[in-house]
Amino acid sequence: MIGLAQTQAQGVFRWDWIGRNIDAIWDRTVEHVVLTVVAVSVGLVISTVLSLIIVRYRKTYTPITWTTGILYTIPSLAALAFLVPITGLSHLTAEIVLVSYTLLILIRNIVAGIDGVPQDVLEAARGMGYTRRRRFIEIELPLALPVIVAGIRIAAVTVIGLVTVTSLIGLGGYGFFILRGLSLFYSPIGTTQILVGTALSVLLAVVVDVSLALTERALTPWARRKAPA
Amino acid sequence: MIELEHVSKTFPGQDVAAVGDLTFTIPEGESVVLVGPSGCGKTTTLKMINRLIEPTGGTITVAGRDVAQMEAHELRRGIGYVIQQIGLFPHRTIRDNIATVPKLLGWEKKRIQARVLELTDLVDLSEDMLTRYPSELSGGQRQRVGVARALAADPPVLLMDEPFGAVDPIVRTRLQDELVSLQARLNKTIVLVTHDIDEAIKLGDRVALLNIGGVLEQYAPPEELLRDPANAFVADFLGTDRGIKRLSLVPISQINLDPGPVLPRSAPVAEAREMMRRYQIDWAVVGGDGRIEGWFTENDIAGHDTLDRVHLLPFQTKLAATDSLQQALDAVISSHTAVAAVFDGERYLGMVTSEEISREIIE
Amino acid sequence: MIEFLGEVVAWFTDPANWTGVNGIPNRMWEHIQMSVLATTAAAALAIPPAVYLGHRRKGGVIAVAGVNMARAIPSFAIVAISLPFSIRLGLGLGFWPTFIALFFLAVPPFFTNTYTAVAGVDDALVESGRGMGMTQPQVVRRIEIPVASPVILAAARVASVQVIATATLAALVAWGGLGRYIIDGFATQDSVQVFAGGLLVAGLAVVAELGFSAIERWWLPRGLREPSEDIARVAA
Ligand SMILES: Nc1ncnc2c1ncn2[C@@H]1O[C@H](COP(=O)(O)OP(=O)(O)OP(=O)(O)O)[C@@H](O)[C@H]1O
Ligand SMILES: [Mg+2]
Repeated sequence: MIGLAQTQAQGVFRWDWIGRNIDAIWDRTVEHVVLTVVAVSVGLVISTVLSLIIVRYRKTYTPITWTTGILYTIPSLAALAFLVPITGLSHLTAEIVLVSYTLLILIRNIVAGIDGVPQDVLEAARGMGYTRRRRFIEIELPLALPVIVAGIRIAAVTVIGLVTVTSLIGLGGYGFFILRGLSLFYSPIGTTQILVGTALSVLLAVVVDVSLALTERALTPWARRKAPA
Repeated sequence: MIELEHVSKTFPGQDVAAVGDLTFTIPEGESVVLVGPSGCGKTTTLKMINRLIEPTGGTITVAGRDVAQMEAHELRRGIGYVIQQIGLFPHRTIRDNIATVPKLLGWEKKRIQARVLELTDLVDLSEDMLTRYPSELSGGQRQRVGVARALAADPPVLLMDEPFGAVDPIVRTRLQDELVSLQARLNKTIVLVTHDIDEAIKLGDRVALLNIGGVLEQYAPPEELLRDPANAFVADFLGTDRGIKRLSLVPISQINLDPGPVLPRSAPVAEAREMMRRYQIDWAVVGGDGRIEGWFTENDIAGHDTLDRVHLLPFQTKLAATDSLQQALDAVISSHTAVAAVFDGERYLGMVTSEEISREIIE
Repeated sequence: MIEFLGEVVAWFTDPANWTGVNGIPNRMWEHIQMSVLATTAAAALAIPPAVYLGHRRKGGVIAVAGVNMARAIPSFAIVAISLPFSIRLGLGLGFWPTFIALFFLAVPPFFTNTYTAVAGVDDALVESGRGMGMTQPQVVRRIEIPVASPVILAAARVASVQVIATATLAALVAWGGLGRYIIDGFATQDSVQVFAGGLLVAGLAVVAELGFSAIERWWLPRGLREPSEDIARVAA
C-alpha cells in the first residue's frame, strides 16, 4: 500500500520531462510572448483611437462599449470558430481573437483615466495657453497614465491566459503543452505537461504584471510622494 | 488697458443671457475687482477676456488689440491666470509648474531658471520647495505657486478668479496683503473676481459691482462706492455697515480736526480749568506752534499756579494725516482721552474725535 | 462567403441536427444544465464565507489574491488540470472534471465581489444600524446584504458568462455541451459545424450577459443606482 502510494507520488510529476524538453519550452515561451505582445500592442492602438473618438464625441461611448462588450462576452472558442473558416488556422486568427478581448478593458480604462484628470488642472492649462494637442500629450496623458497602465495590466494578464486556448488552432504558446497533456491524460507525462504549461503561463502573467507595475511606478514619480496636505 | 464694449454671452441652450450687454474699461496698471451675487456672470466675464469663453456679442480689446482676432493660445500666454482651485499640475514639480508659460513661449533654459528663482523669492517661497510636487505643499503655499506661475512670463495682465477662495481666513488675509504689496511693486493690470465685498474693497483700485445677467450696477473706486452707492441694489449689497467699511479707505486728512484743548506752558492753571470746562473733559494738552509736549489731568494740576511744573504724560498713539479713519477710530476707542492726536511728521495738526468720525460714517 | 453562410443555414435547418444526443436541444440542455449547476454550487459555497469575512472586515488579502489568481490561471488550464485530478479521484471523464473546473472558475467572482461589496458598505450606515439597536446578524441581513446585493448580482452575471464560455472547452474532457460542435468540427475539419457551434455558444453567452444585465437593472433599488464595476471579471 505504502509502496503503491510512493510510486504514484513519483509518477504524478515527471521532472525529467522538463529537462528533455527545454528547447520546446523555450520555443513556446517565445510564441506565447509574441502572441501576447502583438495582441496587447494592437489592442492598445485600436483602443486609443476609439477612446479618443469617445472623448471627443461623448455619444459614441455607449455604442462603442456595447460593441466591445459583446466581443468580450463571446467565448474565445466561439470566436475561433467564427474566424477559422475565414482566416484559417493562422496567427491572424489568433490575434484577432486576442485583440478583441483587450478592447473593452483598455477603452474603459483609457476613458476613465482621461475623465479622471481634474477639471481645474485642465482649465489652468487652457488658461495658460496650451494648445489642444500639447495639453493632451503633456497634461492629460501623463495624469491618466496610472489608470491606463492598470488597464494594460489586466489586458495583458487576460491575454496571456487566453493565448493557451489558441493551441486548438495549432499555436497556443504554453497552451500547446496543456493540450498535448490532455490527449495523454492517462499518463504522468500528460499530467506533467498540463502542470508545466499552466505554471509557466501563470508565471509569465505574474512577471508581466509586476514589470508593468514597476514601469508605471518609474513613470509616475509624483504619485509616490504624498505628504500631509 | 482692457476694454469691453457691449459684450454679451448667452450659453447654448439657455434663454437668458449670462451676460447681457456689458461695457467698461479697465485702465492700465490698475486692479479692478468684479464682485456681485453668485451666478451674476463674474466668472463668465473674466473668462471672456482670455477667451476661455467666447462672447456671443460685442468686442473685447486688450492693449488695443481685439482678442477675437488673436490666436487663443497666443493670447492666453500673454495673460496670467489664477483660479480658485489653483490647478497646479500634479505630475510636475513646483519648479516645472512655475516654468510652464516660459516653456510654452520657448525661453532658453538659463532664462527660465533665473526667472523661477526670482519668482520664488517674489512670492515668498523657499527654494527647497522647487523640487517638490504640489501634493507636498500646504494650501497657502500652493496658492503662492499659482500666483508665481501666472506671473512667470511677466504678463502685463493678470486674471484671477476667486484666487483666495479655498484657503482659510487667516491665510487668506496674508495672501491678500501679499497681493497688495506685490501689486504696489509690479503695477499689473489685474482683474480679480470675488464675491466677498471686503476683499473687493481691500484689493481693488476700482470695483465693478455686477447684478444677475452681468448688469453693471456701479463701477467706481471702493471709497466712492461706499460713500455714494448708485442705487438700492448696490447699497444693499454693500451692507448696512458700509459706512464703517469706508473708514479704512478715507484718510484722516479728509475730515475736520479739532485744534484740541492745547495750552502753552506759561498758561495759568485757571485757564486750564476753564478750557476743561469748555470741552467738558478732565484733561488738557501742553503745546503750541505746531508742537505738543504731552497731556495732564485735572488731578495733576492741583496745587500748581501755572503749568510750568506740571508732570506731563506722552501720547500713546500718534496718527499721521495719511492714516485711515479706521486707524483713527481704533486709536480713539482705545485711548483714555477718547481722542487721538494727528501729526504731519513732527508737526501737530489737531485731534480726531469720535464725533467727527461718526459724522463721516453717517454721511 | 455567401455560399458558406448558406451551408451554415442549411446546417441549422437540417432536421438531423435537432434530434438525438448530438442534436442542438440536447447539447444546449447539457450546456445550460452544467453551467447552472456549477455556478449555483460556487455561489452556495463562496457567498456565506465572503459575507462573514466582509462583515468582520477581514480577509481582504484573500479577496485580492482571488481576483489576481483567477486572472492569471487560464480557464483552459483549469479544465485541463481537473481531468487528471478527477481520474485520480476515481470520478472519471466527462461530467466531474467539467464540473470541478467550472466550479473553481466561478468561486473567485462570487467570493471577491461579495467580500468587497459587504466590506465596502459605508461604516456610517452600519453604525447607524447598530445605533438603532440592530444585532450583528440583523446588520448583516438588513443592511449589508441588501446594499451589497447589486454587486453580488453582478458577480452572478460575470461568473455565468465565464462558465458558459469555459463549458465549451469541456468537450476536450469528453463532456457534451455546445463545445462538441466546435471541438469535433476542428477534428473533422468541418468548418460549417465549427461556425454553427460558435454561433450557438456566442448566442448563449450574449443572452446570459444581457439577461443578467436586465435583471440587475430591474433589481437595483432606485437609491443604489450607480454603475457597478465588474470587480472579478475574467475573460474565457
Ligand atoms: N457652461 C455653461 N453653460 C450654461 N450656463 C452657464 C455655463 N457657465 C455659466 N453658466 C450660467 O451663467 C450664469 C453666470 O455664471 P458665472 O459662472 O459667470 O457666475 P459667477 O458670477 O462667477 O458666480 P459664482 O460667484 O457663483 O462663481 C449662471 O447663471 C450660470 O448658471
Ligand atoms: Mg464664478
